[in-house]
This record gives sequence, C-alpha cells and structure tokens, in this order.
Amino acid sequence: MPSLKALKNRIASVKNTRKITKAMQMVAAAKLRRAQEAAEAARPYADRMNAVMAGLSAAAAGNEGAPRLLAGTGSDKVHLLVVMTSERGLCGGFNSTIVRLARARANDLLAHGKTVKILTVGKKGREQLRRDFGTLFVGHVDLTEVRRVGYSNAQSIASDILARFNAGEFDVATLFFNRFQSVISQIPTAQQIIPAQFDSAAAESTSTLYDYEPSEEAILADLLPRNVATQVFTALLENGASEQGARMSAMDNATRNAGDMINKLTIQYNRSRQAAITTELIEIIAGAEAL
Amino acid sequence: MANTLHFDLVSPERKLASVTATEVSIPAAAGDMTAMEGHEPTIATLRPGILRALTSEGVRAFAVTGGFAEITGSTVTVLAERATPVEELSGTLLDDLIDEARELAKVALADGRDDAEKLVNDMLALKTAAGH
Repeated sequence: MPSLKALKNRIASVKNTRKITKAMQMVAAAKLRRAQEAAEAARPYADRMNAVMAGLSAAAAGNEGAPRLLAGTGSDKVHLLVVMTSERGLCGGFNSTIVRLARARANDLLAHGKTVKILTVGKKGREQLRRDFGTLFVGHVDLTEVRRVGYSNAQSIASDILARFNAGEFDVATLFFNRFQSVISQIPTAQQIIPAQFDSAAAESTSTLYDYEPSEEAILADLLPRNVATQVFTALLENGASEQGARMSAMDNATRNAGDMINKLTIQYNRSRQAAITTELIEIIAGAEAL
Repeated sequence: MANTLHFDLVSPERKLASVTATEVSIPAAAGDMTAMEGHEPTIATLRPGILRALTSEGVRAFAVTGGFAEITGSTVTVLAERATPVEELSGTLLDDLIDEARELAKVALADGRDDAEKLVNDMLALKTAAGH
C-alpha cells in the first residue's frame, strides 16, 4: 500500500499530464482545421490534373515510344518505396500503420527477388524502419524545419525522385502515406506514381475531343513530371491532415485515461486516509480503555 | 452583354480566381492565344508570361509560370504551377524566378538545354512585361 504522500504526488503528476495532453489535443484540433483547409484548397488542381492526365495517358498508352514515366522502363526489378511519416511522435498509431504497410510490401518484394530501395520523408518512419531495412535506405527528406508544407517542398521531393529515375536507379516508385478519412480513421495507402497510373473512371468523364497545342506527346511529356510533384503534394497534405487527426484522437484518449486514473487514485487516496483515521481512533480508544 | 465563359485559375495550393470573363489571353507554349466563348476544345501548355482575363469588372492579370490550360467552349481552366496577381508581383520575386531558371539551364542536359534557355528568356520577357 503506497503511502498517502506518494499517492498525493502521483495524483498531482497525472493531473499535470492531463493538462499537457489536453493542450496538445487542442493544438492538434486547430492545426487539423488548417491542414484540412490546405488539403481542400489543393483538391481542384489535383482533380483537374488527374482528369486531363487520365485522358491523355489513355490515348498514349498503346503507342510505341510512350514516355517512360508512363510506360515504365520495361522491367520491374528495382522498387523505390517512398515512405512518408511525421516528424513528431505522440500521434497514436499514425506512423506505425504506414510503416507496417511499407514493411509488408518490402518483405513481399524481397521475397520475390526484387531489389528494394527506400526513401524516407519524416524521421519517425526512418527510425522505425532502420532496424530491418537500414541498408536499403537511399535518402531522407527532413521536413522538421518546415512549418507549413508548400508546393515547393513537394517539388523538391519530386525532382529528387525524378533525378533518380532518370539515372536508372529504379523501375517502379510507390508512395506510402495515410489518406485522411476522418479524425478517427486514417487509411494507410500505397500509391504507385512511376509508372503513372490513373483510374479509368476519370478518363471517361473527359471524353471531350481536345485540340492539343503543341502536340499530345509534348504535353504528356511536359505534364508527367508535374504530375509526380502534384501527387507527392497531395500525399503530403493528406498525411499532414491525418497526422493531426491521429494526434487529436490519441490525445483525447490520453486525456480521458488520465481522468479515469485520477478518479481511481483519488478513491484509493481517500480510502487510505480513512483507514489511517480509523486506525488512529482505534488506538486512542484502546489506549483510553487500558487506563 | 457579350457572350461569356467561366474562367478558373488554380495553383496547387489554392484557387486564385473563379470568375466570368468575356475573353482570356493565355501565354501558351507555342504563342499567345485568346480564348472566347465557343472556342474549340483545346489543351495547351503554358510558358511563363502574363495571363489576362477580361471580366465585367475590368482586366485581371496574373503572372504564371509553367502549367497548362484547358479550354472548352464555355470554360477556361488554367492550372499554373505558380501564379501571382500582377499587383502583388515584385522585382525580387521575379529575380528569384529568373535565377531559378538560370540554375536549371546550367544543369540541363544537352537535349534539354534549348528548353531551359527558352525558359530563362521567357522569364526575362515576363519581367519586362510586368514593368519591373
């Protein structure tokens, strides 16, 4: 049985923890709103881009000499996994779910005799993957200093990926990130970006026949690299919103757990106090009777 | 009332404009073009330049860098990598862009060099056009 003093200290410390988690939850809620707005604002661009690209690539897919970003290098031996995680912890299962998906994919590819290379964005995922796949790391993007993810961040990541692709370092690139569904649900997603894939549903909605200027091939060649940047940007934003959402619900749980714990400890404290009083009374009464 | 079309300008980060316009001049890669209502459906890539939309409240101009424009008979959607309203343009911003383009031209491979140098020249022209 812990002493009264120890219990009192314990309660005070849990109360402090609750204050911190409560504050973190509120901060995450505010940041989440901003992240969601950013994701919302980026959507029209990504949607239009996707629709146009889907239409263009559907037309070009069958052609000989389609751009390599679309048709691929003709082999799928070397895979680049771009694992996007957060820079900060205390966000529940956010990083673990991404890492688990990436790890499963990497093991699967290795089992099939493929070569795997890993590019990490965000240090939390890097730390988790280092033990198993440390030797496969080819690069790391640090966004610790970035307060608000902008398109230029996505562009620099994309140009890094494209430079590696042009140097023949890999055949297939896949992005790993959490798609924001709601505060309590983020879906870990693997999205192949090279060779580019587009859902055919979007292609059908753009059935209008367009004139292309300068030419269809030139536009496709111009847009494919931009599309990589757009997809990276979308993934970064989705990830940002997911991170804040995950942190918010994790901190909400932590606050509630701290509350439960305080209640439990308080009851225990009161019982011990009462027990101490009772013991003292018995001692006094026993002393008085002995006289 | 002249015939109008709907003009949207979106950058990856936000929607800059969504207005009704009578005509939109676009700095397309192969030369400037002006889209009016009933224009043939076209997709064109952009070069750095000034995009002008003639609306009922006057002309709205934006400096855009690469991207593309999608024109249908009743809408013009411009997806620009970077777009800034002309009023907010500053000489330093343009100089940054020009420096960036020069960097690109320096590292460009032989077959990309022409394009990269064209980009530099387009940027310089953009600066002149913006009056800085």
